[in-house]
Amino acid sequence: MSDSRAPILDAIRRSLRRGALPAEEAAACEARLANHARNPVPARATSLPPRERIALFVRMAEAVNATLTRVKRPEDVPAAVADYLAQFNLPPRLVRAPDPALDALPWSARPLLETRRGVAERTDLVGVTGCFAAVAETGTLMLHSGAAGPTRNNFLPDTHIAVVRAGQVVATYEDGWDRLREAHRGDGFAMPRTVNFITGPSRTADIEQKIELGAHGPRRLHIVLIDDGEAA
Amino acid sequence: MKATSRAFKSNARRALGDPQLQRAMTNLRSGFAARRAVAVSQLPEWEALREAAVAIKRHTLAHLDFYLEAFERRVVERGGAVHWCRDAAEANATVLAICRRLGARTVTKGKSMIGEEMGLNDYLEANGVAPVETDLGEYIIQIRHEPPSHIIAPAVHLVKEQIAQSFRETHRDLDPARQLKDARQMCDEARAVLRPRFLAADVGITGANFLVAETGSSIIVTNEGNGDLTQTLPKAHVVLASLEKVVPTLEDATTILRLLARSATGQEFSTYTTVSTGPRRPDDADGPGEYHVVLLDNGRSALLGGEFEDMLRCIRCAACLNHCPVYQAIGGQSYGWVYPGPMGAVLTPSLIGIEEAGHLPNASTFCGRCEEVCPMKIPLPKMMRHWREREFQRHLPPRPYRLGLAVWAFFARRPALYRPAADLAARLLGALGRARGRFRALPLAAGWTRTRDLPAPEGRSFMSLWAARRAARPAP
Amino acid sequence: MPPSKPRVALFVTCLVDLFRPSVGFAAVKLLEEAGCTVEVPRAQSCCGQPAYNSGDRRDAQAIARTVIAAFAGFDYVVAPSGSCAGMLKVHYPALFADDPATAAQARALAERSHELISFLVDVMKVERVGARYDGVATYHDSCSGLRELGVKTQPRKLLASVAGLTLKELRDCEVCCGFGGTFAVKYGDISDKIVAEKAEAIRESGADTLLAGDMGCLLNMAGKLERAGDRTKVRHVAEVLAGIAGPAIGEPGGDA
Repeated sequence: MSDSRAPILDAIRRSLRRGALPAEEAAACEARLANHARNPVPARATSLPPRERIALFVRMAEAVNATLTRVKRPEDVPAAVADYLAQFNLPPRLVRAPDPALDALPWSARPLLETRRGVAERTDLVGVTGCFAAVAETGTLMLHSGAAGPTRNNFLPDTHIAVVRAGQVVATYEDGWDRLREAHRGDGFAMPRTVNFITGPSRTADIEQKIELGAHGPRRLHIVLIDDGEAA
Repeated sequence: MKATSRAFKSNARRALGDPQLQRAMTNLRSGFAARRAVAVSQLPEWEALREAAVAIKRHTLAHLDFYLEAFERRVVERGGAVHWCRDAAEANATVLAICRRLGARTVTKGKSMIGEEMGLNDYLEANGVAPVETDLGEYIIQIRHEPPSHIIAPAVHLVKEQIAQSFRETHRDLDPARQLKDARQMCDEARAVLRPRFLAADVGITGANFLVAETGSSIIVTNEGNGDLTQTLPKAHVVLASLEKVVPTLEDATTILRLLARSATGQEFSTYTTVSTGPRRPDDADGPGEYHVVLLDNGRSALLGGEFEDMLRCIRCAACLNHCPVYQAIGGQSYGWVYPGPMGAVLTPSLIGIEEAGHLPNASTFCGRCEEVCPMKIPLPKMMRHWREREFQRHLPPRPYRLGLAVWAFFARRPALYRPAADLAARLLGALGRARGRFRALPLAAGWTRTRDLPAPEGRSFMSLWAARRAARPAP
Repeated sequence: MPPSKPRVALFVTCLVDLFRPSVGFAAVKLLEEAGCTVEVPRAQSCCGQPAYNSGDRRDAQAIARTVIAAFAGFDYVVAPSGSCAGMLKVHYPALFADDPATAAQARALAERSHELISFLVDVMKVERVGARYDGVATYHDSCSGLRELGVKTQPRKLLASVAGLTLKELRDCEVCCGFGGTFAVKYGDISDKIVAEKAEAIRESGADTLLAGDMGCLLNMAGKLERAGDRTKVRHVAEVLAGIAGPAIGEPGGDA
């Protein structure tokens, strides 16, 4: 904690022409934090029933250069991943996040696909992760750090494949935050170290305003959507 | 960063005569501005979101002390640290102390305008720590030893030939015969060169688009993913943030985030929006061992409660830059400091003084486009006018100009004197200019007539003609 | 519904007064044709923008007081200029924030003040004019009129009714022309670059006539076109709508 704390707070109060906040006003601000009320939310996604919400998610994700494959069952995921890599002539090797959702998948059904479970390294060209939620409003994936989610797995590999279940598709970011709070309710909502909202592959327009994919993060983002009829 | 804002006029003159800069600036017109218009048209709730965002910021600023303390409490609860710094010197020293304690030799940096304000890179280098800019635009200007020219696209003033040249001169261990003709090749080269730097860095420094009081989090927004590699891989994550970045809740940050990318680049949402809270947890598979927020005042507290308070709502989207005809004509480096364009014209004098930055709020036509596109509804022309008022009160404008204005105002305040004077001027200039219809040169107006004709008056003032007409035709 | 035969005070504006009185007469003609009686208060000179935008609040207030006094008691105050009408309508009340009595008078004036073309269309409900103009015109949206007063569709509506006139939209019609009052002289080279862009767009439009509603913009754009040897005729939109066809701005032979 730095020593200029008091002078800075004093300077703020002097400019606002008051002393410390009176008790009732402070309580009101505390309540505002505790209630975390929503501000106006665009109707784009909120007005949609689940099937259309998923369709919106797919449309928005593809509009930002993500690609997407739908499968009907979790068991179909490894095949979908293998096929994707073959389609782009990528070597059949990947690192998958130590995520129980991914552990449950039958990777051994595709023996030619080499999968390593763990934290991504510089040499990993392809990374597979799960996700926490998928936001239909803008085709955005919501992932967070933890034992099951090394953050670097979302950024180091050249190709990022994210496995999403239909039940994870929510309408808005606010819905995502509510789900995260719900998931952590036991421990008084301690945020994870990192929450990543990912909308398409990495890009830059820093050279003459021309958009190029794959600046530092993955140049390819592929989503495998398990559309098993489960709705959010 | 050292300011050259005093030299604004000569900076601008140089910029106007620079063909590569002029070529580069034309890209801006069809890029960000056009895409923003599309994005806004696709969001019917745009105006409602702007209103909500303004209300969030107004409330926060009125209770800034509360929210900063709440933010600090939560950061500490999560195992992080907050360092309150009055000015750049304190902030630089704080960052250096963290680097020294960790034995850091190289640090990676995500883009941070606060870092530019602090002059952090030069300071670190002078003290034996090597900063590596990782945002592609920032990396390009770092290797060229140039200041940024745009707050989100720092290298927008360059054409690709210049960038290729810089890459060749800097990446000497690569094959000199290699092709560097298009953006794709340069992008790939930068990615390959910077990858090992990300992995080797001891400390990662980012800015913050927002600080969230509810959770003690910082939020950054990038398209490249450099900010994420910067903050995840090293031993410590250091966040540079000025006081006004704080908002109350995640929902409040989300609301303003909906405005940010659309205003900046026309994207619905930036590729990577990352919310960071504290150091890695015991169970985390990766992440930094330390999390530090350097909270910088550097003049912000003085803006609260005053004429320029609305400037504290700025979310650094650069929409005002992208729509400003002056910025487009002269580029960002002409403004001579960290913040160019309309937001720079208002903010810079409050941070480095009106004597240094006096030209900036004057070099505006008040066309109002900046205010029109500002997601936070900041009344930029009004605040530029406030600066002009302060300058006028302190007699800062040049003497001939003040004298001319005083003479003109003397007459304008007295219509009975003004009328014959205007008619005389109309007759004189009209007679001189009648043959050609225009003047190619006129004393006292060289700023105009050097490059433009001045059309000649018709030869009498309207008021005189009207009076004559009334005399000829008495009113019924 | 406006009162029948409303009493309109013409705020002629300093640039029209000095450079192009025919615009003032065009304005009078249009207002009378719309059913107004027009008076021109003698005690007018300027709206005070040059002082206001130079930070000289005191002179701006002094000038504003003379305007408020001279233009009291009319049904409407109309100016053939978006920036001057904007000054009266938007900025005068703000100018007297610390003088509540004058601020109230300023607000009363502001309520009755209008830019000419928007007054004709929005208040007097004029739908068409009877003028004729043979040519292809393009229209520049002056910044203050557009952004402070919402002047956009009204000139286009009336121009559409001018016989013989084809209107072509100008690329970047809403982008500033670079005039900005004293800016054009103080930062002349930047102003020149901006107006050069505007001139390029005007040439691209293929129009033989450039129209706008503000003399400052018109002098600036005309001056640039003429220096480049361009023959595009530059006129105030009121001239065309009123069917007055004297020499265009910057053309020789103007008589008094």
